[in-house]
Amino acid sequence: MLKIRNLRAVIDGKEILRGINLDIKAGEIHAIMGPNGSGKSTLAAVLAGNEAFEVIEGSVEFNGKDLLDMSPEDRAREGLFLSFQYPVEIPGVSMTNFLRTALNEQKKYRGEEILSASDFLKLMRDRKKLVDMDSDLTNRSVNEGFSGGEKKKNEIFQMAMLNPGLAILDETDSGLDIDALRVVANGVNKLRRPDNATILITHYQRLLDYIVPDKVHVLFKGQIVKSAGKELAVELEKNGYDWIKQEMEA
Amino acid sequence: MNISEQDIGFIKLFDSNRSFIEEHASPVVNAEREKAYAAFSAKGMPRPKTEAYKYTNLLPWFKAEHTQAFSLNGEWERVVESFQCNVNELDSYTIYTVNGRYCDSGKNGTLPDGIVVGSFAELSKEYPELMEKHYGSLADVESDGFVALNSMFAIDGVFVYVPKNKVLEKPLQIINILSGDRDLMINQRNLIVVEENAQARVLFCDHTASNMRFVVNSVTEGFVAESGMLDFYNLQNQHNGTVMLGGYYFDQESRSLLNANYFTLHTGITRNNIYARLNGAKAENHVSGLYVIDKNQHVDNFTFIDHAVADCESNELFKGVMDDASTGAFTGRIMVAPDAQRTNAYQSNNNLLLTNSAKINTRPQLEIYADDVKCSHGATVGQLDEEAMFYLRARGISKEEANILLMFAFAYQVIEKINVPALKDQIRELVEKRFRGELDKCDSCVVCGQIGVQQLQTESR
Repeated sequence: MLKIRNLRAVIDGKEILRGINLDIKAGEIHAIMGPNGSGKSTLAAVLAGNEAFEVIEGSVEFNGKDLLDMSPEDRAREGLFLSFQYPVEIPGVSMTNFLRTALNEQKKYRGEEILSASDFLKLMRDRKKLVDMDSDLTNRSVNEGFSGGEKKKNEIFQMAMLNPGLAILDETDSGLDIDALRVVANGVNKLRRPDNATILITHYQRLLDYIVPDKVHVLFKGQIVKSAGKELAVELEKNGYDWIKQEMEA
Repeated sequence: MNISEQDIGFIKLFDSNRSFIEEHASPVVNAEREKAYAAFSAKGMPRPKTEAYKYTNLLPWFKAEHTQAFSLNGEWERVVESFQCNVNELDSYTIYTVNGRYCDSGKNGTLPDGIVVGSFAELSKEYPELMEKHYGSLADVESDGFVALNSMFAIDGVFVYVPKNKVLEKPLQIINILSGDRDLMINQRNLIVVEENAQARVLFCDHTASNMRFVVNSVTEGFVAESGMLDFYNLQNQHNGTVMLGGYYFDQESRSLLNANYFTLHTGITRNNIYARLNGAKAENHVSGLYVIDKNQHVDNFTFIDHAVADCESNELFKGVMDDASTGAFTGRIMVAPDAQRTNAYQSNNNLLLTNSAKINTRPQLEIYADDVKCSHGATVGQLDEEAMFYLRARGISKEEANILLMFAFAYQVIEKINVPALKDQIRELVEKRFRGELDKCDSCVVCGQIGVQQLQTESR
């Protein structure tokens, strides 16, 4: 589904991603872990098409198409979804209008029929239950005045509405209390299908107690330095990241 | 100060038409005319260097050589006849003016008993006491040469009188049409009197119906007596050959409420002079505006909130979305008189510049002579939020659509201030169309069924 080869990206002349290689197949869940500043969020942003970062080398293939050649909106329409670490508040744009616009533009792109107003509302009601979302949140402006936990839930709710092929969850667990974390994890698990995949970007292992990854990668100084099964996460939790640093610098 | 050739041109024009102008006007209007004539002969029109008109020079268009609308007759009915499209019309009492003249089209419907709406020229004669008390008391011929010019040439316009305790439940929609097959200058004069505990909602729709250049110098005086309420809306959708100077002067007595909202969706050059005096304790006003302009359009909102007495509140919010090489100005003058203690006065002007060539000059001017007041002001100039833009695009929304969503999000606060739900919906729709660039193409204005015209292909500035 996703093939990343020697991906290098810079911001303000500083190289953050220094040759990433990664393969993700349909049905898989990958966790990308690593210390602060290792480039985890940059990888998510580059994949989603954030123009603040400049890709200087490498390629990313998504379902056989050149991802880096696409605008952010086309990446989303091709089925890529980024759950933002810091969801943006947009006063004046209602959640309903935002989601209906997004969903319909994606459907139009794929040549599918757009939803009628009542079908859309039905879908919203249905998906809200999945993430235990308060009804009144969808009557408000996008993320405006939402608590940290509500914002994260809202990201998963949007994911449930848009039903992406590949979801990248950027530190979706950070700042969540245990109840909210369960709700979020539960939502992700329920949305899992043999034909979609998930990348979990996280600093801590706790989320992985609830969403079990097929593979765990450690990102360090802009490169994937270690890949293994879920036991790697447990080891990182126990021993921290220092041993990786030492191993790398040795 | 010596007056200019241009000023002398207007004086000559007035001299040679004076008897015609005065013939059917009320004595009060003619008495004010005399004062205006004296003031104009002494000072003429404001020069470009005048501080108040620093950002908007109207002199290139204010010329006596223009055909003056007052000299035309008999063309009006035809224009209103052609005004047939009633799509989505607001449930309102609708009246028309054409080129500054009140036009009885027979479409007005029946007004509630006791409420008087009609031709300024006619009704100013029937209500001499109201005229005596109010006319010219706010729009001062001495302090603004354009007001003097208007008062010299004033013949007609709209007269609205809502007597004590009366409530005009449906909005009164006044459609000001500019039309004709030659360039025109128009001096329109309106008077709105809302008496004690009375209520009215008045909507001015300013439109152009032909492709000529129109130079409009209009003055509206509005009086809201004790516990009265006036909602005033101005929706401006005129082609880019229009030069519109609108003076709106309001006076409020105690516990009265004024909402005044100005929507400039399309224009050539617009200058709004908005003056609101809080002249009785516990009076409150909300003055707001939204200007959405592009190409080389120009909008200047010059506002003056006058806290003349204690215990009043004012809220002012103006927002602008400016594209291409459009230019704008905002002046927010707030005066708090020495005895106006416990004043609350808030003001804000926010601007969204979509290009590097768009330009806005914004200046708050607070003069506070009392010591127990709460006043705040803020002005911002910015671009669309890039983070929000990326967030929307990352959900599959195109850049163009995201632009529209964010522009609309910026503007919605002003639209939210509209108190008539049906009007709010229609203006929301109009603004959205405007952002989509569909307003020019739109064959009728959704508020009043205005038939659109092709844009004038001239240099408007």
